[in-house]
Amino acid sequence: MSPARTRPATALRVRRRLGAFVFLTPGLAYLVVLLLVPLALVLSYVFFQRGRFGGVVYEYTTENFSRLMDPLYLRVLGESLQIAALTTVIALALGYPTAYLIARLPRKWKTVALVAIVLPFWTNFIIRMYAWIILLNGPGLINSALKSLGLGPFDLLYNQGAIVTGLVYSYLPLMVLPLYAAIEKLDPQLREASANLGASGFTTFRKVTLPLTVPGVLTGCLFVFVPSFGNFVIPEMLGGGKSVMVGNLIRTEFLKARDWPFGSALALALVAVLVVLLLAQAWAARRA
Amino acid sequence: MRRSRLLYVPFWVTIVFLYAPIAVVVAMSFNSGKSAYTYEGFSLKWYGVLAQDQRVLDGLLNTLIVAAGSTVIATVLGTLLAVGLARHTRSRALDAIALMPAVLPDLVLAIGLLLFYGLIQLTLGLYSVILAHGVFAMAFVAAVVRTRLANTDTSLEEASRDLGAGPVTTFLKVTLPQLAPGILAGAMLAFTLSLDEFVIAFFTIGNLQQTLPIVIYSMIRFGVTPEINALGAILLLVSFTAVIAGQRMTKIGEARAQD
Amino acid sequence: MSRFRFTRRLPAVVAVAGLALAVAACGGESSSAGSAPKAEADQLNPNADLTKQSISVTVWDGYTPKELPEKVKAKLKVQDLKIALHATNEEAMTKLTAGGDSGIDVAFVSGQYAQALNEQGLLEPIHPELIPNLSNLYPEATQLSYDKGNKYSVPYTWGTTGICYRSDLVKAEPKSWNDILNPPSWADKKVTMMTTERWLALPALKALGYSVNTDKDDEIAKAKELLLKAKPHLLGYDDTTFGDKLTSGEAIMVEAWDGWCPTTNDKQNIKFVVPKEGSDLWVDTMVIMKSSKNKEAAHAFINYILDPEIHSWAAENINYKVPNKAAMERVNPPKGSLLGIKPAELLNGESIIDLGQASTKYTRLSTEVAAQ
Repeated sequence: MSPARTRPATALRVRRRLGAFVFLTPGLAYLVVLLLVPLALVLSYVFFQRGRFGGVVYEYTTENFSRLMDPLYLRVLGESLQIAALTTVIALALGYPTAYLIARLPRKWKTVALVAIVLPFWTNFIIRMYAWIILLNGPGLINSALKSLGLGPFDLLYNQGAIVTGLVYSYLPLMVLPLYAAIEKLDPQLREASANLGASGFTTFRKVTLPLTVPGVLTGCLFVFVPSFGNFVIPEMLGGGKSVMVGNLIRTEFLKARDWPFGSALALALVAVLVVLLLAQAWAARRA
Repeated sequence: MRRSRLLYVPFWVTIVFLYAPIAVVVAMSFNSGKSAYTYEGFSLKWYGVLAQDQRVLDGLLNTLIVAAGSTVIATVLGTLLAVGLARHTRSRALDAIALMPAVLPDLVLAIGLLLFYGLIQLTLGLYSVILAHGVFAMAFVAAVVRTRLANTDTSLEEASRDLGAGPVTTFLKVTLPQLAPGILAGAMLAFTLSLDEFVIAFFTIGNLQQTLPIVIYSMIRFGVTPEINALGAILLLVSFTAVIAGQRMTKIGEARAQD
Repeated sequence: MSRFRFTRRLPAVVAVAGLALAVAACGGESSSAGSAPKAEADQLNPNADLTKQSISVTVWDGYTPKELPEKVKAKLKVQDLKIALHATNEEAMTKLTAGGDSGIDVAFVSGQYAQALNEQGLLEPIHPELIPNLSNLYPEATQLSYDKGNKYSVPYTWGTTGICYRSDLVKAEPKSWNDILNPPSWADKKVTMMTTERWLALPALKALGYSVNTDKDDEIAKAKELLLKAKPHLLGYDDTTFGDKLTSGEAIMVEAWDGWCPTTNDKQNIKFVVPKEGSDLWVDTMVIMKSSKNKEAAHAFINYILDPEIHSWAAENINYKVPNKAAMERVNPPKGSLLGIKPAELLNGESIIDLGQASTKYTRLSTEVAAQ
């Protein structure tokens, strides 16, 4: 018997408590001060009135909620949902076959292909958007190329199409990676068995591969949808200030209009939508 | 077989989609003209302009300071947090809080911090960004370290405790050395994420400082010039080298671990 | 992520929210806006040792000479001159009103924003005895409606807003604000307007024959209607790069401040017109922050800027008229420049002033136009 075992259990428990305290306190304290309190502030400012020069006047109001219900802002929320959903669908359509192929590549090429997909993601995000400005601009490269074919010029920049392009470009790797992980895990014998039973390639995909990769699909969609929905930089740079997403509104309320309470209300709406989606994803993943 | 050939189509579409804009940025950085759209001939002059641009150099320095500072905070606190969550508690609520900064939209964290700093009348500067980046970087470090923890054998730690070592001694002498690769990976992730972070920095930085992403953002707002292309090309080169080197390193590390 | 248990987290969130509310309520009074007392002048020492002071300035990009820090350091012997940049007035206001010490000594903002900052008690009154070069200003430049007598601001540049256009690409010369609010088919999606709230509203207000300083809800609503009708025909909203868009040909008509309309560019036939319905007189000013710890140096800095040799830089290089008689007399306007517009003509424009509480109506207008 080791000496420790003979110690009274209470001493051990005290030690465990102490351990929990030592390890958990610094990180959690940091998160309470710099994450939970700020978030709680966002939550509480919703009920106050704006100060003329920013800041808040501490008088209770529900005006910010009723303003949120204004069709104007509901439409922006709806449009943001639409843009984020479209982005997710396109990323999925492009990402699934890509991930599927990578998962079936020989081991050596797998790594190369994965690095190739992820690499752009690690470069400066603003520079990548800048690249699209140069490509899509009126006098930009795509229009110049089209012109030499006798086409165009087209209004490629400063519209929703440009925003969706930029979003897909930014977050595509976040779709491919979870999909790849899900497809990679599949037992190839399942597919073989299906083929041996006479199923066509497509039937095998539909009946075997696809259902088994649903959790990967859900994760990928979530990874793309969340940052797309709350984005403000891409709509600003590629949307020309005409198309506005909820992120732009929040940014405007905080940095231009200096209406912190209403900006907080918008942020709350953003978080609410995402929480609903997270719950839906969790529910769907459990059923899958 | 033909069917799998067909599969290469979306793959190559993806690759072209991902790399065409990057190629354009690099190609136009060698433009001798003033326009970012029309190529007028080969020149390195924009790299010269860039090297002289004090704003860019200051931005780079600030970015490195912020990334280093927040990485230190995130690595220390994130590692402790990961160990605490994995070994000393079963609370799911705490788990959720630790993961929250990684799931929360950056914009929401940014405005929350803006409100908080405003309320306590904090003068913004680089350190306000360091503190802010520490929040989300910590979540990523904690997640990476926890994955590593899940894959390490707990019997050594138990043995250590059985031999009478306290939690701190066990942590320092047994857990930490086992976790080192995970901690390093987490720190690298934190550093890279901070380098490129724009939204939170934009909301929490002082008036007299700019990080590199903010510099680039404001340069673009005042018009497109090949100088931005030159900067982009250099950043691409640096991050490509870093990612590929990192990939090599993990491979070597894995090979060593298997020996 | 499926492990998130929201029900369990709820009590914690509620607790923290309560805590934050308590903190907010305690810290309340200091940051609540409204009836801040007007700033009292500090006692300043005209013989202060400037070598112990350093100045931080926030200004539009490209609005002061690149070598200004070196020049100021050499001339005034201050420790340092740091330049922070803002893209728009709104950005500057965010910096200056965010709470806490902004770290800024001198800010460049437009007249109505200087007025708003002063109402909030954020500005140090100007001590004229420390700025002898104030005598270089045109007499008109001391009677501007947002700050008569330059009590808390000193004008740096002034001008008007109009339509800047490519005379080689338009099929008819623009004459009216309606030409950009309701562009003819050849200009569809080739027009930009400004986003900063008061200048966003200006074309519509003027086209309707209203004052740019109106606070009447029905007039603002009518302006909003016009702006919304214009939106689908615009290339975009742009306060900073409209000149580039014009030179590249992306846009052919843009709402522009006179100085940023690149009329001196030889290759393109770029022209500027003040629409027949009239326009504004805007003034970009220099103000000293109450929170500044370097007020003597800040005054010395403003005095240095008003030096004819330095102030004429702005006219020669950024093509903005400066309200400095001595400086303008030194300037030889380049071909095509708009510097010839005389102060008297400028004063035909309606000066934009801050509207107090009613100014939030314009904030709302610009958010609503953006959101639509």
